[in-house]
Parts: sequence; structure tokens; C-alpha cells
Amino acid sequence: MSLNVPTMASMMAQGETPDVLFWVGCSGSFDDRAKKITKAVVKILNNCNVKFAVLGTEESCTGDPAKRAGNEFTFQMQAMMNIQVLNGYDVKKIVTACPHCFNTLKNEYPELGGVYEVIHHTQLIQDLINTGKMSLKDGGIYKGKKITFHDPCYLGRANDVYEAPRELIEKLDAELVEMKRCKTNGLCCGAGGAQMFKEAEKGNKEINVERTEDALETNAEIIATGCPFCNTMMTDGVKNFNKENSIQVLDIAELIANAAEL
Amino acid sequence: MISSILFGLLFIGGFGFFTYNILKIRSNVLLGRDVDRKGNRAERWKTMALVALGQKKMFSRPIPALLHLALYVAFIITQIELVEIIIDGLFNQHRFFHESLGGFYTFMISFIEILSFLALVATVIFLSRRNLLKLPRLNMKELAGWPKKDANLILIMEIVLVSFIFTMNGADETAQLLKGNESYGFSISSAIGPLFFGGINSIETLHVIEQIGWWGHFFMVLLFLNYLPYSKHFHILLAFPNTYFSNLNKKGKLTNMESVTAEVKLMMDPAADPYAVPVDASSEPQRFGAKDVTDLTWKNLLDAYTCTECGRCTSSCPANITGKKLSPRKIMMDTRDRLTEVGDNIRKHGKDFSDGKSLLGDYITEEEVWACTSCNACVQECPVNIDPLSIIIDLRRFLVMEESKMPTELTGMLTNIENNGAPWQFSPNDRLNWANED
Repeated sequence: MSLNVPTMASMMAQGETPDVLFWVGCSGSFDDRAKKITKAVVKILNNCNVKFAVLGTEESCTGDPAKRAGNEFTFQMQAMMNIQVLNGYDVKKIVTACPHCFNTLKNEYPELGGVYEVIHHTQLIQDLINTGKMSLKDGGIYKGKKITFHDPCYLGRANDVYEAPRELIEKLDAELVEMKRCKTNGLCCGAGGAQMFKEAEKGNKEINVERTEDALETNAEIIATGCPFCNTMMTDGVKNFNKENSIQVLDIAELIANAAEL
Repeated sequence: MISSILFGLLFIGGFGFFTYNILKIRSNVLLGRDVDRKGNRAERWKTMALVALGQKKMFSRPIPALLHLALYVAFIITQIELVEIIIDGLFNQHRFFHESLGGFYTFMISFIEILSFLALVATVIFLSRRNLLKLPRLNMKELAGWPKKDANLILIMEIVLVSFIFTMNGADETAQLLKGNESYGFSISSAIGPLFFGGINSIETLHVIEQIGWWGHFFMVLLFLNYLPYSKHFHILLAFPNTYFSNLNKKGKLTNMESVTAEVKLMMDPAADPYAVPVDASSEPQRFGAKDVTDLTWKNLLDAYTCTECGRCTSSCPANITGKKLSPRKIMMDTRDRLTEVGDNIRKHGKDFSDGKSLLGDYITEEEVWACTSCNACVQECPVNIDPLSIIIDLRRFLVMEESKMPTELTGMLTNIENNGAPWQFSPNDRLNWANED
């Protein structure tokens, strides 16, 4: 099934306004693994006939890693450029599959003139299911499977979103198993604060390995995440233990799209 | 009479010196940059009530929380007894409230005694956690030396203080019995008093012992009070203002640097006059980010004085857990130590004195600053809403924007964002390619 991915520019040319802008983010646009998550989100949006659009080549980095690396100039340049584009299209509502983009758009753009309703894709999917726009059959492919959820810091602690992803896992008829450190106590995957782009400082262990141990202890068959960076870190962690054949790392959007056979 | 005067002098001296130290700390805190923490008062009071008064965040670790609660409640309730001690001391009375309050007095002192006993138990357990069980969080290297002594000293002072209460009440109870009077009926001292002092057959001697307990208790209260400003234990007071002035925004939101906003707007406005006088010409150009404590906000500095070095932050820090040098607790301890030093320098040598040292470099290393994942675990964990992350980010801002010092990979990442709008080297024109790939 080919994806229907309208851009803001093409929609505007047809005199149409989307209900929601899908902010894809740099990972979702360029990283091979994250692109699969992006496509899963689009499949869900297409399936539910959500009137959405992407910015396409008009999108640019939100500036999150620059800000967290301490470069406020680069961050604000990025933010102001993005806000010009977003405000130019009169965007009201944004959904994104990246908690870093989510946090920046939601919390750090308003002071610079970019005020939008920003939601994480798990919240949108939760809403689609709860309002009956999407339904999952009983006994889908994840029925009874043990799934653990790794809380992305920028979704959980940073923005207090803990329930939407968990509710979706339960919708899969799967068994949600929590790691010993979860929700407010969740351990970071190691990628935040611009760490994704640099080697870790000297220590005795990689953070993603420590976190993967938490996940392996649950004996889950699937580690679910809601963040492309967490996904990379956990996937690497699983490889570190040579467990890639027995445990999968999947985004909530992929789980839902797979379960709905999209 | 003489004892009343002696008491009065001790009282005034003790509280006077305490006030002097409080004012000193206040002026140190006010060396920080301004930050607005005024609005939303209802929410602020609520946060203070829940987090400081109600100890909400302590209970994420129930065992130390219960032990701490015993100490906390005992400490607060004992202050009622302090009121009586002050009245007795100043006006040469003995158990001033005893007659007027009657049965309620017995109940109150009994209640204080039970709490004091629980506090004693908690203190002993706390001491053994530190020194016998050697809990990792309470034995990290940043605690070597004074911080460790400070912690033990506080606990020992608490034991001594409580012992004086029981000495006082116990001797008094025994004396009552010896006089043929009825016991006061205090819950614990009516039992342990005769046990310890029952062999003494002189009312005089018992009276002296009671006086030793009474004066000892009062002296310990003053000592404790005046020790606080020098100690990590200062949290018992600052927890309240510190939680009141909490950051009420989502934890993920980092502060916006308005000075940068002005510059960026200028850069993006083709009609801007680069030589124009800044709107607010009176303001001194500020340093970007923080190199020293005076570049931090007063709330960061209040945080530093509020920290009681419990280490919950550090024990939940992913960098620290995996052996990196970063410890959020050390960030707070360093900030306080440096601030004390800067404050003393200013008082000694005047406002413009520089000792050539700074928080970044002499106290906190770049390696620590770069190990942070900004995951907010430290902020989440802190039982008194301290925010080590905002200090770390401000130190990074100084390194990057003032000194261009950062790990080389980050230079590349930033260049990529500036050149192609993504942290990796991809062409912005390829941003939508995913839509047409299989």
C-alpha cells in the first residue's frame, strides 16, 4: 500500500488546511530505523483518514540538540525559522513521533512566538482508538505477548506523559510488564541532552547497556518505545547482549500498525 | 535571678548570631541573577505544603522516609517544649504550663517523649546506615572529609539533645516520687527515670541532674541552631522557601535566553540597524551562561544552600550509575562551597575583588558537565525540588557560547544543524525521501 503523504505546500495550493501537522523530525526523516516508525505513523493516519500534512523539505531541526548542548544561538535561529514557516501556514496543532521535538515545540517555542497544541503520536493514536476511528481486532498478533515500555525522558519526566503509551500496549491484548525503574523513576537510554551525537564520557558502562539489562530482566519479548533515539539506544543495547533474535525493539506506532495489519 | 540573666544572655546571643548568619546567607543568595518566581501563589503554597510540609517526594523510598518522618515530626513537636523552656528560663519558673494545662500537659509531654524516642531510634539507624552498612549513596567520594563529619555530627547532636530531654524529665519524675508526690505520668521518663536515677536518695542531687538536663537541652538547641547555617542540615529551614519558589513549568522546558532572542531577531530582520543603540542601554552586557556562581540565578543558589546531600539525585543519575564523574549532588555542593567563598571574599575585600577562581574549572570540570543526558532524574528525585540540571545547562552555555569549548563531535553536530537543518550530514532536499522509499 503506498503512503499518502501530503505536504503543507501542496495542501495550501489546493486551498486546503490540514487538521494536524505531522512533525517528522530529523531522525524520522533520515535515520533508516526511525523512517519505519514514521511510515507506521502515516499508515495509521491514512487508515483513519486523518487530514494531516508534513512540511517536507520546509521542515528543519527544532534545535533541541543545540539548546541542550548549550548553543542557544543555533537553537533560536532554528526555532525562529521554523516558527516563521509554521505560522506562515497558520498551524494550530502538531503531532510528532519524537519526544525531543515534542518537548521543544510544546514548551520552548511559545516564548519565541510559536504557540501550538502539540501532542505525541501515542496520544493521537490513543485518541483515534478511544473515539472509535480505529479499532484493533481481538486476538491480534501481540495477544498475550510480554511487552515492556521504556519511558522516554522527554515524554515522561519532562512532560508527564506516562499513560498514553501504556494504554495502547494494553489495547494490543498484550501483557505489559514494567521494568524495575519505570515511569518517574525510569532510567534514561543515554541519548538525551545531545549525548546522541557524541561519545560518552569515561565510565565503567554504557547507559544503554544498563537500561537494556532492566528490560531483559522483565523477560519481555518486545521492548516498546516512543522515541527514535531510545529506539536506537535500546536496539544497540539488545545487540550488545546478542539477544536480537529473541527480543524486538519496536515503537508503539509500529506495534499498533502491525496489530491492525496496516 | 542570676540564672535568668544567664539564660537571657545565652538566648539573645544564640538567636542574634543565628540571625547574623542568616543575613549573610541571604546576601550570598542575592548575588545570583534575577529569575521570576513570584506568580501563581496558590500553586506555590500547594507545592510547599505537599513537598516540604508533607514530605511527598521522600516517600518514593519508604524506609528512609518513615525514619525521616519520625525525626521531622519529633523536631517540630519538641518546639512546643522549647516555648516552656524559654518561659521557665526567663522567669525562673518550673514547668510553667503544668498547672494551667493539667492533663493535656501530661499528654503533650508524653507525646513529645514518644516522638523523641522514635527520633532516637531513627537517628541510631541513620548512623548505622552511614557508618556500618555503608550505603553507597552515603559514602561516595564527594562526601569524604567534612560532609561526612557534618552528617555524623548532626546525628550525634540529635542523640545528645534527646538524651538531655530524658535526663531532665527522668530526674524530675524520680524526684517527685522521692518527695512522695504523684508521678507526672510522662510516657517514657516515668519508667526510665526511676530505672536510671532510682538509686539516688537525695532530692538535691536529682534536682541538679534535672538542671543539667534542662540547661543541656537548651544549650544543645542553641548550638544546633547556630550550627545549621554552616551545615548541610540547613535544609530543615530552607526546604520551605525552596519548594515555594519551585520551577512550576514542565521539567523539559529549559529557560529561554532573552539576550539571545534580541540578537537573533536582529539577525533575521533585514531592516534592522546593526549600529542601533540597544533599547535597554543601561543594562550591562551579561555573560552567556554561567562560569561562576554569580552568573547563576538566586534560585540556583538557594538550591545549593537547601541541599542536604542525601544523594538521591546522584543515585538516580544515569551518568553516575554508569561510572561517569558527574554527580548532581556534587554540582550542588560545589555551588554552595564556591558561593560561600565568593561571599566571604566580597565581605572581606569589596565587591570587585576577584580571587581568580571560578565554579567552572576550579570546582566543576568540563567532563562532569558534558556527561549529563538532561534526563531530569535528579530533578525528579530531589525531595526539596532542587534543580541541578539548570546549573549544568548554564555551565554548558558558557563553555559553548563564550569559549567555543565542547566535545568535537558536538561541533560537527552544530555545524550540520546550521548548514543543513539536521544534526547529521543529510541534504535538506532529501527530507521527504522516506515517503517514496519502500
